Formats: sequence, structure tokens, C-alpha cells
Amino acid sequence: MATVDNTITPGDYPARHDEDGHDPRRRDFINIAAVAWAGVGAGVVVLPLINQMNPSADVLALSTTEVDISKIEPGQAIKSTFRKQPLFVRNLTPKEIAEADAVAVSSLRDPQSLDDRTKAGKKNWLITLGVCTHLGCVPLGAGEGENKGPFGGYFCPCHGSAYDTAGRIRSGPAPTNLVVPDYAFTSDTVVTIG
Amino acid sequence: MVRTIALLVGAAFVFVLGISLFGTISTAISDPAPETAEHEFHLHPKDAELSSAGMFGKFDRQQLQRGLKVYQEVCAACHSLRYVSFRDLEQIGYSEGQVKALAQAWPIEQPGVNPDTGEAATRKNVASDRFPSPYANEVAARAANNNALPPDLSLIAKARHDGPNYVASLLTGYQNQPAELLRKFPDAKTPQGLYYNPYFPNLNIAMPPPITSDGQVTYEDGTKSTRDQMAKDVAAFLTWTAEPNLETRHGAGFASVIFLIIFVFLTIGTYRNVWRGVKH
Amino acid sequence: MSFPWANHYEPKQPLMRWLDEKLPLPRLVYNAVGAGYPVPRNLNYFWNFGVLAGLALVVQIVTGIVLAMHYGANSLVAFASVESIMRDVNAGWFLRYAHANGASMFLAVVYIHIARGLYYGSYKAPREMVWLLGVVIFLLMMATAFMGYVLPWGQMSFWGAQVITGFFSAIPLVGEPIRVLLLGGYAPDNAALNRFFSLHYLLPFVIAGVIVLHIWALHIPGSNNPTGVDVKGEQDTVPFHPYYTAKDGVGVAVFFLIFAALVFFSPNLLGHPDNYIEANPLSTPAHIVPEWYFLPFYAILKSFTADFILTGKLWGVLAMFGSILLLFFLPWLDSSPVRSANYRPTYRWFLIVLALDVLVLGYIGGAEATARNVIIGQLATAYYFAHFLIILPIVSRSERPRPLPNSITEAVLAKHGGTSPAQTALAH
Repeated sequence: MATVDNTITPGDYPARHDEDGHDPRRRDFINIAAVAWAGVGAGVVVLPLINQMNPSADVLALSTTEVDISKIEPGQAIKSTFRKQPLFVRNLTPKEIAEADAVAVSSLRDPQSLDDRTKAGKKNWLITLGVCTHLGCVPLGAGEGENKGPFGGYFCPCHGSAYDTAGRIRSGPAPTNLVVPDYAFTSDTVVTIG
Repeated sequence: MVRTIALLVGAAFVFVLGISLFGTISTAISDPAPETAEHEFHLHPKDAELSSAGMFGKFDRQQLQRGLKVYQEVCAACHSLRYVSFRDLEQIGYSEGQVKALAQAWPIEQPGVNPDTGEAATRKNVASDRFPSPYANEVAARAANNNALPPDLSLIAKARHDGPNYVASLLTGYQNQPAELLRKFPDAKTPQGLYYNPYFPNLNIAMPPPITSDGQVTYEDGTKSTRDQMAKDVAAFLTWTAEPNLETRHGAGFASVIFLIIFVFLTIGTYRNVWRGVKH
Repeated sequence: MSFPWANHYEPKQPLMRWLDEKLPLPRLVYNAVGAGYPVPRNLNYFWNFGVLAGLALVVQIVTGIVLAMHYGANSLVAFASVESIMRDVNAGWFLRYAHANGASMFLAVVYIHIARGLYYGSYKAPREMVWLLGVVIFLLMMATAFMGYVLPWGQMSFWGAQVITGFFSAIPLVGEPIRVLLLGGYAPDNAALNRFFSLHYLLPFVIAGVIVLHIWALHIPGSNNPTGVDVKGEQDTVPFHPYYTAKDGVGVAVFFLIFAALVFFSPNLLGHPDNYIEANPLSTPAHIVPEWYFLPFYAILKSFTADFILTGKLWGVLAMFGSILLLFFLPWLDSSPVRSANYRPTYRWFLIVLALDVLVLGYIGGAEATARNVIIGQLATAYYFAHFLIILPIVSRSERPRPLPNSITEAVLAKHGGTSPAQTALAH
């Protein structure tokens, strides 16, 4: 009784968990199940932690924009915004349309005709995002008196990408044409973007 | 040394507390706190039996839509709802088109800027707008309401104890001051311009009775618009505006709790498995 | 350091061996919370709460970082940005409710952790440093919790900031300038909100750092145990992993179950309705109270109503800070050689009274200041200080402890009602 300390001999001491010489016992299944269950739970909790970074409901609610185009004269353009990005709405002159149509589509880096990029019967309305497809600067050419570049459309001052009167990339580092967003004419004077 | 200092410090605190205690007791005897009318006549809200109450609570969409109508026709003239957007109404059963039309037709317009002159102007509401406030600012609100500020209602159901029931009880709680109150507390007569309401914390509220007669609001779904019904409907609506995610929360809660109960049993199993044969 | 019989980390795979030579991080973990840390075999479930506190801190840091991505620390937009989190941000309501209730869970777990330390004498030699670091963590937590409560910029946030910074104005002469310095103004406003946000973001990482020291200091003598008797040999301990990882697992599961029940079914139970009203410097709520975890201290503050040399206000503030700071001296106030209150029959009763006393203080802290409540609060406050500063030093000298078991193993075997070697062998 006095030497209770020694009543458990070292050999009697339970074997270390990871050195259990025998086959994995059936009851060890529950250990694996508990750890797996915790893993599933952690995985599910990560979802909202990541998803919170997606656009919130108030940002998504601004996903359509209406633009009044009644005051844009031929040869003029306006800058508006769509999803907090600049949007160019341009009323092309017949000369500009002719220049765009004169280019052989197959010779372009991103082959598209002006018809592809405008609505039927509204060929003079060129609506594009004002975001250079190279690295995202705002090209010049929409504002009064801005440099329209060598092809008469838009010119990006950051790295010298030049777009033509159909907003197509013609020279410089940008890989593709200016993006045409989804839009529709809700009336002759109002365009709904998005 | 530490113990000696501790004894002294402890004795000092206890001594000062003793003086304080003596003061409290002698004041309580010589000058007992008087009874107040608020203490005696304030009532706790009645249970409005809203469907959103409790763990299984869900909103009744029809009721929320009726409540919106009550808010629109009765409350909106004075109370803002500034954290709620028109688009949120899609959650209570309106289609996108209905929300657009509702926003367009909303009597109070959204403050904005005249695009030609840059002067302050108003424009029609769109779905992404928050509900416009009836007053431009607090000064205007107070000026129009006898110097009382009508609170924003977006969060009212969470900003009051037992909020949903409080709203329903308050709206139907207006009454004449009980004769017994006046007999006991002659000084507590409701002042001019205030209204007696036992559900309001200090019994006298600046808001005139908003719901005055049955049928004040005409419901489209054919529900009879009694005063009680209107009060409950708007309380339900304001419960939703305060906690629009309540149903999602309850749903996620049940899934989580079931998941975790299973987890508890699994961990107990693991614990027993690991410790079997080890006395502890 | 560790006991000589501790398992040694022996990486088998070449990659792990390589890593162990270059950066022995796995070895550190193995020795700290792995199989290389021998722990008394008789720990009860109260020993779960240290791990749970660490877990709660992780939950707070993760949800907090995510909330900071959407929160606007400016008095003009703070309240609206919190509402935007609740309504528009994806799963924002979940993250905010988890953070708000996570704070309550953290404090609750830590209070139980402290109570366990008090009852089983974990503050005594050789673990004084563990205790001192723990009190530092507790102070940092209180500061962090207070500043976090200001951020939603509701009525309770604002008036909490006003009242708590007002404590400093009780200090003679320099008090008011200190208060103005802390607030960056004469009342809480944008400057105060911004610095509180900055510090609220910083302090949790400081807490994490002090926790590392806390665990480091703990690993020198090793964990205490319910008997308070020192570990005598290998038969007294089991490796932390898998024995205590499995036991902590149960605690973790129950922790999350309670946490989930709060977040999903009663997220505002522990909050105050007034904090859903935007801060208004011109109107104080009728009944201002701090969050539940500060209520006992608030009751102490309110109890000093008489002037005696110093003003009652200053006595209250001194007592409130003193009620926590006295914990720093606890290891030296208690001179009893016996750690566990299980073997200290007199002191055990005083401890139970203390626990009830703190609960009473908590109730009084949140209750209306009627004469009856003030009297109860004053008596309860007097006991609190008398317990630590007068009763404890005296009782620890005068009482006769019950006989201690010779070893942890003897206590374990006695509990199981058998001491014969044969039975122990059968149990295996």
C-alpha cells in the first residue's frame, strides 16, 4: 500500500497509440470518423469566409445602367459608368462608319466587323467599356478634343494601344477589342446597359 | 510584506464600503426613493403571436406585404426606413417588376442632383435605392413634429426590448390616463401635446395615435383590416426589416446544430476509444 | 524542458527529417501539444478551457479580419456599414453574429479557465509566471472587448466609450487631460473610433503573443492537476496526444454546439437593444450597462458612494482596477503549501462563496440602482476584497489541510476503488 506509485508496472502502461502493433482495430474507425467530420465542418465554414468577398447585394443591384443618348450629336461621344467602370457611348459619323467597314476583318488581331459590334439598324451607336484590354487604363478619344490616335477611334496613353472607329485594336500591346457590354435600346433615346 | 500591505488595502476598501453602506442605508430610511408612475403603470408588451417568433419562426409573406402597405400609408409620412432598399422587397414575395413599379410610384422621391444645373433635385426611386426619408434632416424632422424626432424604423424591432411585440402593443395601446394614476400621482398628468400609452417607457409618447380606426388601410388580399390586425401586420413587417435574414439563419442553425450534435457523439466515442484501459 | 520519460520526436520520412534539421517547427508542435508533452493522467474537463480559449481567439481573429474588409471606421458611416454587413454582404449576418457572440464565448471560457486556476491552485509555485501572464492576457482581452464594442457606433457603444474613458477623469489633476488624450477630443467621436479600431485590430495579435509565453511558461513545470500533487513518475502522466487531444475534442464539439445555438437562434440575447440605435451624443439611454462580462466590475464601481479622503468616484475606479490587479499578487497572498481546494476544507467554502459573490455582483451590475440593490452590491463588493486581501492570507495559514495522496496514480486508483496490481492489469 505504501508503494502505490509502483503498482502499475511500465509494461502495464497502455501502448502508445501510434505504435499499436496489431491490425487497426475496428473501434479506431470512430477516431477517423470524428476527424473526418471535423474536416467537413471546417470546409463548410470556409465557404462563407470566402464568399463574403464576392460582390455584395448592393453592388449587384447596380448591375444595370440607363443612358440617355438623345443629346449626343454625330461625331460626339459621352462617358458614362457601368458597374463603376467607364462606359463610352459614341455616335459615329457616316465617314467613321465607312472607315471601319473598309478594313478587311481577316487582317485584324481580333477579327470583328462593325456590324458584329453594334445593333442592327443602330450601326452609328458604338457602345463599349472605356477599359483598355491591355492593362485597364481609360483610353482617350471620348472627350472633346482628346487624342483619338492614329486610327481615329481611341488611344490608350498608358502603353500606346490604338483603337479604330469601331473600337477594335489596331496597334499596340492590347490583345483584344474594347469590350461591348450587353445592352438594349429601350427607346430611341434610352439605352439600358447590362 | 505582501500580505501586510494586502491586509491594509483590503481593510481600506472594506472600510470605505462600510461608510458607503451606512450612507446608503441611512438615505434609504430617511429619504426613501418615491414610487413613480412609470414604475407602477408601465406594461410589458402583449404577445402579438407573430409567425417569426421562436426557433422555428418563419415569416408570413402575405402578412409582410400587408405590413408594407400599413407602413406606406400610415408610418412613411414621418418615419424613415433608411437601411432597407426597395430591391429587398423581392424577399417578401414581390417580383422584380412589382418592385420597380412600387419604387417608381413611391410618394417620397429620392434626393439627387439636377444633371443640367447641378442644383439639388429629386428623382423617382429605382429598385436599388434605399427607402427615402420623409425629412431632409433631423432639424426638419423635429420642426415638423413639435420637436420630437420620429425614429428610423429599419431596426426598431431589434432596438426595443421584445421589439416585435412592443411595436404591436404600442400601436394599439393608446388610452386615457387611468383615474387611479392621477389620484396617486397628480403631477404625472400627461402634458399637452403628448399621449398616454402604458407600453411606452415613460408612459407619455409624442406620436399621435397612428392607427385610429378599423379599415384605415384597405388590404388587397381581403384580410379584414381591424386595428389589431394592422398593428400586428406592421409589427411583422418591421420584424422583417430589422432581421431580413431570419429564415436563412434558422435554417442554417438547424443544419449546424444537428451536425454538431453528431460531432459531439463522435468525439465522445473517440475519447472513450483512446482512453479505454487507462484509469484517470 | 520536459519530464525525462517524454516521447522524443523522431521523424521517419526523409522530408520530415530534412525539415527538422532546417526548421524544427514540427518538433516544437510535437513537444508543445503533441505526444512529446507528458500530462497528468487525471485532468478533468475543466482542463479543456485553456484550449477552448485559444480556439475562441482564433475564431475572433478569423471573423474579425473578414469583417474588417467591410467595416468603415468612420463615425459617419460606421453604423451604416455594420447594417450593410448584416443585409448586403454575402453571409455577413453570420460573420457579424459569430464575432459578437464569439466575444461572449471567449470571455465565458476564460472566466471558467480562471475559476479552475483559482480552485485547483494553478497560480501557486512553480506556476506563478503562468498565472501572471494569464492576468496580462485577461487585461488585454478586456481592453480589446471594450474597444470592439465601440465599433458598431450604436448608443451603447458611444456611451460605453464615454463612461469608460470617464474613469480616467477620476484621477486628480491629470485625469481630464488623460481622458481628452485617449479620446482625441472632448467626447467620443471620429478620432476615438478610429484609434479604437486600430487597437482593436492590433491587440488580438498581442494576446496571441502573450499566449505563446503563457504556454511556454506552463511547459516548464508542466500542467497542474485536480489533486495539486506533483508528478512523481511516468505512471502519473499520459502523452498529450492522443489522450488530451481526444478529450479536448469533446470540449471543442460542445463549445461549437453552444456557440452555434447562440449565433443562429439567439444572436442578440447577450447584446443590448440600444446598440441598434445609432450613436447620439445628445441623448443618453435610460439604463446604460456594459456587456455582461464586465457587469461584476461595473457593480464594484457603482458600490463606492461615499467620499473618504478621496472622492467616491475615485474609490470606485481604484477598486474596479484593483479587483483585477490584486490577482497579480495572488501567488504570494496564498501561503498554503496545498494547491487543490479539494484538500483545503475551509478555504474551499470561501471559494464557493466567492463564486456566488461574483454572480451576485454580475446581477447587481446590470440591475437598477435601487437602495436594495446598492446595499447588496456594497456587501458583495466588500466580500470580494475581503476574500482576496484578508480571508485568503489568514485562512491559508490557519487551516489544516486534508491528507494529500502520495501521488496522482494513487488518487486515480483510490477513485476507482481498487489498488491491487491485479486489477490494474485487468483494466488494460
